[in-house]
Amino acid sequence: MSIPVPQQAPARAPARIRWRASVDPGHAALALALLLILGVFVVWPIAAVLRVALTDAQGQVTLSHLFRFFENPLYLESLANSLLAGAWVVVIGTVLALPLAFVVARYDFRGRMLVVTLSTLPLVLPPFVGAIALTQVFGRAGTMTLLLQDVVGLHVNIMEGLRGIILAQALHFFPFIFLTVTAALMNVDRSLEEMGQMMGAHGWRLLRRVVFPLVLPAYAAGALLTFVKAVDDIGTPFILNVKNMLGPQAYLRITTVGRDDVDGYVICVIMVVISIACVVASNWIVARREYATLQTGARPPEGGRALTGWRSAVAFGACAAILGISLLPHLGVVVMSFSRVWSLTYLPTAYTLGHYAEIFLRAPRFILNTLTYSVAAALLGVVVAAAIAYLLQRGRVPGKGLLDAIAMMPIALPGVVIGVGFLRVFYGMTLPGTETSLASTWAIFVLAYMVRRLPYALRASHAALHQVHGSLEDAAAIAGAPRVRAFRRVVLPLIIGGVTAGGVLIFITAAVEFSTTITLVSRVEQSPLSYAIYIYSQSPLGRGAAAALGVVAIVIVAVGTYLANRLSGRGRMAFTL
Amino acid sequence: MGEATPLTRIRPVEVELRHLHRRFHDAVAVHDLSLTIGRGEFFTFLGPSGCGKTTTLRMIAGLLPPDGGEILFDGRSVTATPPWHRNIGMVFQNYALWPHMTVSDNVAFGLVERRVPPAEIARRVEDALRLVGLEGLGHRLPSQLSGGQQQRVALARAIVVQPGLLLLDEPLSNLDARLRVQMRNELVKLQRQLGITTIYVTHDQDEALMLSTRIAVMHRGRLVQLGTPVEVYERPADVFVADFLGGANFLPGTVRGQSGDRLVVALEVGGGDDPVALRASAHRNPGFAPGDTVTVCVRPEALELVLDGRPADDVNLLRGTLRLANYLGSVLASEIELPGGRVLRAQIAHPRGAARLAEGSPVTLRVGPDDVLLLRPQAPPD
Repeated sequence: MSIPVPQQAPARAPARIRWRASVDPGHAALALALLLILGVFVVWPIAAVLRVALTDAQGQVTLSHLFRFFENPLYLESLANSLLAGAWVVVIGTVLALPLAFVVARYDFRGRMLVVTLSTLPLVLPPFVGAIALTQVFGRAGTMTLLLQDVVGLHVNIMEGLRGIILAQALHFFPFIFLTVTAALMNVDRSLEEMGQMMGAHGWRLLRRVVFPLVLPAYAAGALLTFVKAVDDIGTPFILNVKNMLGPQAYLRITTVGRDDVDGYVICVIMVVISIACVVASNWIVARREYATLQTGARPPEGGRALTGWRSAVAFGACAAILGISLLPHLGVVVMSFSRVWSLTYLPTAYTLGHYAEIFLRAPRFILNTLTYSVAAALLGVVVAAAIAYLLQRGRVPGKGLLDAIAMMPIALPGVVIGVGFLRVFYGMTLPGTETSLASTWAIFVLAYMVRRLPYALRASHAALHQVHGSLEDAAAIAGAPRVRAFRRVVLPLIIGGVTAGGVLIFITAAVEFSTTITLVSRVEQSPLSYAIYIYSQSPLGRGAAAALGVVAIVIVAVGTYLANRLSGRGRMAFTL
Repeated sequence: MGEATPLTRIRPVEVELRHLHRRFHDAVAVHDLSLTIGRGEFFTFLGPSGCGKTTTLRMIAGLLPPDGGEILFDGRSVTATPPWHRNIGMVFQNYALWPHMTVSDNVAFGLVERRVPPAEIARRVEDALRLVGLEGLGHRLPSQLSGGQQQRVALARAIVVQPGLLLLDEPLSNLDARLRVQMRNELVKLQRQLGITTIYVTHDQDEALMLSTRIAVMHRGRLVQLGTPVEVYERPADVFVADFLGGANFLPGTVRGQSGDRLVVALEVGGGDDPVALRASAHRNPGFAPGDTVTVCVRPEALELVLDGRPADDVNLLRGTLRLANYLGSVLASEIELPGGRVLRAQIAHPRGAARLAEGSPVTLRVGPDDVLLLRPQAPPD
C-alpha cells in the first residue's frame, strides 16, 4: 500500500543558515568592491557638487545660493539662452527628422537604404567639430553667405550667436528624433491602422487619429533626449565663442573665479535638475508607450509601399535634400582639413597636406593621448559594467539594485558637472608619496570618461548577459565546472561580443568628449584631441589643423560605431543613447 | 548490451533527503521533505507548477542551497558540496546547450573539466552520441539541430561523465506530442540499460505513471503521497492526488454501516426523498468505520452505463440525466446530472450502444464496489 505522509511542523532553519543560503560570499565581496569604486568616482563627486551648492559656510543646508542664481541677470540670461537654444534645436530637428522618418518608414524606393545609412551619419561628427565647418560655410565669410551676397545681395551671418549653436546642434542631434520615430512607425501594429480604416478613417485623418497618437510617445522621448543633449553640450558654444549659456558659465566660474566659487556649483545643480527632469520624463513616456506594441498577436506593418517612377525620385530627392544639409558640416570639415588658403572665396584657393603633417608628425600627442585615455576608459568601463550586470542578474547578494542605480546616474549628469565634481574631490588629493595632485595626472581623464559613459557599457552588458539563460551556467556547474571556469568557458564567450560593443561605445564617446575634458585639462601636453581642436580653432592659422583633427575624430567614431553595431550582433543602431 | 562502453561502469547512488526545507522570501517552496531514493530507481516528483518539485531537484543538484535539512548521497552528506563536485548529470527543461560549442564540445565539456585525456574524451563522446542515436552529428552547432536532437545532445552530455545520479527537469515538455512519446520510450530504455539512479520532475501524469518506479506527488511544497504508479493511481491519498492523477468525481457522503467486505455509504445527493447508497470495498478503503464523514471518489472510467433492457442486478446504481455526450470513438465522454444538480463525468467504454442516447434522456450508471474510493474530507488548505 502507499504511504500516506504524515504532516508535521517544519524544522525552522537557524538564522545563520538562512543568511548563508541567500548571500554568496564571493558575490558580496565583488559587490563591496564595486560599491567602493562607484562610491568614490560617482557618488562622491556628485555629492561634493551638491554640498557646495546647497550648504552655507556653517555647513547648514540652505537654498540661499540657489536664490542668488535667480537674482543674477547674467545667469538668468544664460538659463534662458540654454533653454531657448535647446527648444529651437528640437524644433529644427523635428522639421528635419519627421518627414525623413515618415518617408523611410512608410515607403520603399530606390536608395532607401542609402538614406537610412546616411541619416545616422551626423552622429559621428562631434557637434563642436561641425561648428567649425559651419562657420566656414555659413559664417561671416562663409561659402553660402558669399553666395547669397553675390546672388541676392543680402548679407546674413547665420552663425552669429545662438543661431550658430542652434544650427550646429540641430544638424548633429536630429538623428535621435529620426531613429526613435522611425522605429516607432515601423512597430505600429498594422491591424490598428486597418481597424481605423474600417471605421472610416483614411489618408490624413487616419494619420492624425491613429498613427500620430501611437508614435507620439516615441517622438517625445527622442525630442527630450535631443533637448537634454543640446543643453549639456558646451563644446559648440565654446567653438562659436558664446559664453552666456549655462554650461560655459559653469566652466568659467570654476576655472576663472576658482574652485571654491559657489556660483559655479549652483549652475551645475541647475543643469543637473534640467537633465534629470528630461530623463525622468523620457523614461516615464517610454514606460507608458508599450501600449503601441504590447498587444498579443500584433502584426508588424508590411514592407513599405513601393514607390515607382517620379514618386520614387521625389521621395529620394526630398530625403537627399535634408541629408545634404545635415552632411554639409562633414563636407566642410574635410575640405577645410586640406585647405591652405580659404578666405572670402566659395572654396579654398590653395590646398595642402600640411595640417595632417601637423597633427600626425609635429604634434601627434593629441591623438596618442586620445587613444590612450579612451582605450583605458573603455577597458575599465567594460570590466566594471560586466561585473555589475553579472551581479544584478545572477548575484545572490542584497542591495545589488543600488549598484545599478548608481552606475546609471551619470546618464543624467552633464559632462561639465562630472568634470567639476572630479576637480572638487580629486584636486586636493595627491598621489601617495608625491606632491602631484591626482587631478593633474592623465588618470583623471580615464576615470571621468569611464564614469560618464558607464551607463552605455552597463546597458550593453545587461543586454548581452540577458541572452545567456541561467541554465547554461547551471549546466556547466553540473558538468563539473566551478564558477569561475563556468564563467570563462560558457558565459564569457557568449557575452564577449555585446560587452565589447559596450566598450567600443565608451571608446568612441570618450574620444570626442569635450565638456568633461575642458573642465579637467590642466596642461596642453595632456590634452586629448577634443581640447586640441578647441585650442587650434581659436587662431585663424590653426583652423586647418583643427579640421584635420576633426576628420580623425570622424574616422574614429565612424569605425567604432560600425564595430559596435557588428559586435552587438544586430543591425540596429547601438548608438541611440 | 554486449560492448563494454565506459557508460556501463556507472555506479548509481542512493539519495536521501532529510527534512529538506526552502523558502523564497515569505513563500514556502519546499516544506520539511524527507524521503529516500533507492539505487537505480526511476523516481518522479509529480505536481502542478509551483508545487516545489523543481526547487527540490535544484537543491539535489546543488544549484540552490536549502534553508534547512540535509541531502545525502550513499549516506554521505553533500549539502555543502557544490554542484561541480557532486558528479551528477542533468537535463534541463530548455536543454541548456551551449550555443557557441559544437555538439561534440557540448558533450565533451564535463570530461574536459575532469581532466580526461583527449583521446579518451573523443572515444567517450562518440560512445555517448551513438547511445542517443546522434552519431555523425558531432560537428554541428546546437542551432542546427531539431528540438528532439537537441534533447538527445543534452542527454548525452548528462550521461557521458558516468554520473551516479541523473536529474531530468521536465525534459520532454518542449517537444511535440508524437516526439514526446518516442523520447519517453527511449528514455526509459536508456535508464534501464544504464541502471542509473534517475530523478524526474514533471507535471504530466502520463509520463510519471509510465516512467517511474515510484512517484512523489507534491502539492504546495509538501509531499502528499509517495508510492508506485499503481498505488498512487489506485489508492490516492487525498482529493488533490485523485484529481491531479487521472481526475475523478467527488461526492460527499457518510459511512452508514459495514457488512463483511462491504462498507455502505450514503451519498448526500438528490432531493433527499431517496438517499442513494453505494457499497464500497472495505479492504480497498482501510481505516473507515460507520459514522465517518467521507468524500466518495469515483473515476470517470469506472462508471458504466446500464442500458435499458439489461437487468439492474447491482445496488451501486446512480440515476441521472444525460447532459452532454461527446463521442470520441473509443469512449463516450459524457456528463450526467444527478438529482439535486451535481454533475458526474463519465468515460463510457464501448460507446456504440450509448451513442444513440440523446442529450436529456434519463440514464443509469453503475460503479463496482472496488471502484468506490473513500477519502477523508479535505481540510481547508493552510
